[in-house]
Amino acid sequence: MAKPKIALYWAASCGGCEIAQLEIGEKILKLAEAVDIVFWPVAIDVKYKDVEAMPDKSIDVCLFNGAIRNSEQEHMAKMLREKAKVMIAFGSCAYEGCIPGLGNMFNRQQIFERAYLETESTDNKEKILPQTSFQAPEGELTLPEFYDTVKTLRQTVDVEYVVPGCPPEEKTIWLALEALIENKLPPPGTVITHSIKSVCDECPRKRDVKKITKIYRTWEIMSDPEVCLLEQGLPCAGIATRGGCGALCPQANMPCTGCYGPVNGVIDQGAHFMNALASVIDSNDPEEIQKIVDDVLDPVGTFYRYSLPDSLLRRARIK
Amino acid sequence: MKKITIDPITRLEGHGKIEIFLNDKGEVENSYFQVPELRGFEKFCEGRLAEDMPQITQRICGVCPEAHHTASTKALDDLFHVDPPSAAKKLRELLYSAFTVTDHVTHFYILGGPDFIMGPDAPVAERNILGVIAKVGLELGGAVIKTRKQNHHVIQMIGGRPVHPVFGQPGGVSKAISEEERKEIEQIARDSIEFAQLSLKVFDDIVLKNKEYVDMIVSDAYTHNTYYMGLVDENNKVNFYDGKVRVVDPEGKEVAKFAPREYLDYIAEHVEPWSYIKFPFLKNIGWKGFVDGKDSGVFRVAPLARLNAADGMATPLAQEAYEKLFDTLGGKPVHHTLAMHWARLVETLYSAERMLELVQDPEITSPNIRTIPTATPDEGVGIVEAPRGTLIHHYFTDERGVIKKVNLIVATLNNAAAVNMSIKKAAMALIKPGKEITEGLLNRIEMAWRPYDLCLACASHAFPGSNPLPIHIYNSKGELIKKLT
Repeated sequence: MAKPKIALYWAASCGGCEIAQLEIGEKILKLAEAVDIVFWPVAIDVKYKDVEAMPDKSIDVCLFNGAIRNSEQEHMAKMLREKAKVMIAFGSCAYEGCIPGLGNMFNRQQIFERAYLETESTDNKEKILPQTSFQAPEGELTLPEFYDTVKTLRQTVDVEYVVPGCPPEEKTIWLALEALIENKLPPPGTVITHSIKSVCDECPRKRDVKKITKIYRTWEIMSDPEVCLLEQGLPCAGIATRGGCGALCPQANMPCTGCYGPVNGVIDQGAHFMNALASVIDSNDPEEIQKIVDDVLDPVGTFYRYSLPDSLLRRARIK
Repeated sequence: MKKITIDPITRLEGHGKIEIFLNDKGEVENSYFQVPELRGFEKFCEGRLAEDMPQITQRICGVCPEAHHTASTKALDDLFHVDPPSAAKKLRELLYSAFTVTDHVTHFYILGGPDFIMGPDAPVAERNILGVIAKVGLELGGAVIKTRKQNHHVIQMIGGRPVHPVFGQPGGVSKAISEEERKEIEQIARDSIEFAQLSLKVFDDIVLKNKEYVDMIVSDAYTHNTYYMGLVDENNKVNFYDGKVRVVDPEGKEVAKFAPREYLDYIAEHVEPWSYIKFPFLKNIGWKGFVDGKDSGVFRVAPLARLNAADGMATPLAQEAYEKLFDTLGGKPVHHTLAMHWARLVETLYSAERMLELVQDPEITSPNIRTIPTATPDEGVGIVEAPRGTLIHHYFTDERGVIKKVNLIVATLNNAAAVNMSIKKAAMALIKPGKEITEGLLNRIEMAWRPYDLCLACASHAFPGSNPLPIHIYNSKGELIKKLT
C-alpha cells in the first residue's frame, strides 16, 4: 500500500503548533517513515504552483493550523481543501480563531491606525499604510488583503477533524498522528483528544469545597495549591474546557484559560464558562451577585480568550 | 526588468517574501524583503487585563514565546510598581537561559549551520539536519535532539508548559521548584555546557579551519557597518534577562545606554507601503533609508550585535570564546553578518553556564516567589534580549489594570532594515550579467539573511527538508522562465 500523503500548512498563527509537532521527538522519525510529506512550507519546498498542479483529492490528509486573517490564507485553505481528502483543523487558531481572533473586537481600519499611525514609537508623518499593490520604481510589489474579521478554518472550508489546543500537547498530537498512520481515523466530526470530559476531570485539586463571594485577579491572592481555583474566586476555565492536556496550567498554580476549546455538546464555550462561574457564586441577592460579577473587567478576554470567532458572538459590532 | 521572487519565507511571526529586481543588463537593481502578514496585537490587547498579557502576547511567536512572556512579565512588574523576590527573578532567568540554549542550538544545527556544515552549494536534499546528522554522526545529531528536548523539559518544570508557559505574574512567578527538580535541571545545565563547548569545536573544525568559509565570512558581500544594540549588566556584560540597553556606533564606541523606560527617546519605527512590518531606527540619527554607516539610523540586534555592544561575557568559558571570536576576526566591532552564527554559539555557552550558576544558587528552591502588588497600575515597560534581539513591551492601563494602549517592538523587526540591505548586497555581489543563476548561488543570497534567525528556526529540524524557499524567476511580462528548488 502506498504511504499516505500528508500536507502541513499554517495561516494566521504563531508557529507554536509547529514547535509542538516537533515535541513528539523521536516519534517524528516513525512519522517520516510512515507517510510522505508532500507539502510543508516550514521544511519542504513551498511551491504553491506545485500544490495547484496536484490532482484534486491527491493529498490524503492536510493538517492546517492558523486562522484566516487575510486573502492569501483564505486562498490556501480553499486550495488545500480541493487537494485533500481529509482536512484537519490543527490547533486552536484553525479550530476557534484563538488569540488572533481577539482581533474581532476591532476592524481593519482600527488595527492599521494603531499599528502604523498611533503607536508611540512610530514615525510616520506621511501617514503611509501598507498597500495590497504598490508601484515601486522597479516594478509592482503586492501584499495580501487584510480582512476586517478573523474566521476559523471551519467557517472557510469543510473540515473533518479537529485537534484542539494552543498548542496541542505532545500526547494529543501523537493521538492524531497515530490514528492517521494506522489508518484508524475516527468518524468525521470528532475532536481528537484523550478526553471527552473537562479539564477538571484531570485536575488534582479538590473541588466542591466552597462557594465564592468575590472574584479575584490572579495577582491579588496567594492561592491554595490544593483547592480548586474557581472555588477560590479565580476564573478558571477548566470546567468549560475539554480535557486532554493533563490540566497543566492549574498544576502550575494558574487558572486554565480554555485553550482546548469547549467540551462535547457545547456550542459556545464562553457562555458555558460564564454559567459555571455563576454557579459557584454564594448569593441569591441580585444586587450582591451583580457586584461580584462586576469584578470581571474583561469578559471577552476571560470567557472567549480562544474562541471568539467560533462563538455565537463571532465579533464586536463597530459603530 | 526581471523579477526573482522568493515566496514564502516561513517562521517569521507570519510569512516572508523576497523580491529581487534585475535590470535589462541582468544586474540587481533593487530588492525588497516583505512581510505579508499582520495580526494586530497592538490593537486587540486593548481592553485585556494587564496580567493576561504574558500569556496573550506570547502568541505573537510560538518559536520564542518565552521571550514575549518574560518581557511582558517584566513590563507588569514596572506597571504594578512591584519588585519580585530575588528567587522569582532567578527562576525567570533560569527558564530564560534554558530557552536560549534550546533556541540557539536549534538555529545552529537546523537552520543556519547546514549551510556551513554541508556547504553552501551542497545538494538541497542534503543541506538540512538529516544531512548534518549523516555528516557529523548520529552521536552529535542525537545530542542536538537531546539538548533541545531536555531544555524544553526545564521550561515545562519551571513555566508549567513546554510551549507557551504560564508562570509569569506581576511581582514574581506562580510556582517554586522542588529540590528534585533542581537536581534534574542542574544535570541538564552541565550537559548543556558540554554540548555548547562541543558545538564551538564543531564550528572551529568545520568553518574556521576552512579557508573558503573564513574568506566568505569576512567578504564584503556579507558585511554591513552599522550600529549595534544589546542589553548589558552593570559591568557592561551581555545579559538576556535584565539591565540597560547599550548602543555602540560602527566603530564600537558607546553612543547610548538607556533604561527600559527611556526607549522612546532612542528608537523610532519607519513605515513602508510594501510591507506589513515596520523598520526601527535610531531616533537621534534618523531614518536615512536602507543604507549603512555612521550617518544612517539603521542598527542591528541579535547575537553578534549583543557581543559588539557589550564589553564581554559574565561567565568564564563564554568569555574565552568571546575573546577568541574577536581576536580571530580582527577586533571589535565585527561587522560580518555571517559571524552571527559563531556569536550564537558563544551565547549558547554563556546561557548554559548561567543556567548552572542559577540552579546552584541556594535561593533557587525558595518558596518566596511572589510579592503581591499594592500600588495602582499605570504604565510599564519590559525589555529582554530575545534570541533574535532586543524585545520591548510597553503597556498603559487604567487604574484597575485594564490595558488602554500597547506598543511592541519585536526582536526580529529591529533587524528588518538590515535584513533588507543584506539581501540586496549579497544579491548585487553574486548575481552578475551572463552568469547562470543556480540554486547554489541563490542559496548564498539566502545565507545573507539566515544568520539573523528570522524566526525561521526551530521547526524545520528533524525533517527531510529541502530548500524551504521556492525561487521563481520571471521575465518582465511576469512569465515564469526558471524554477529553482
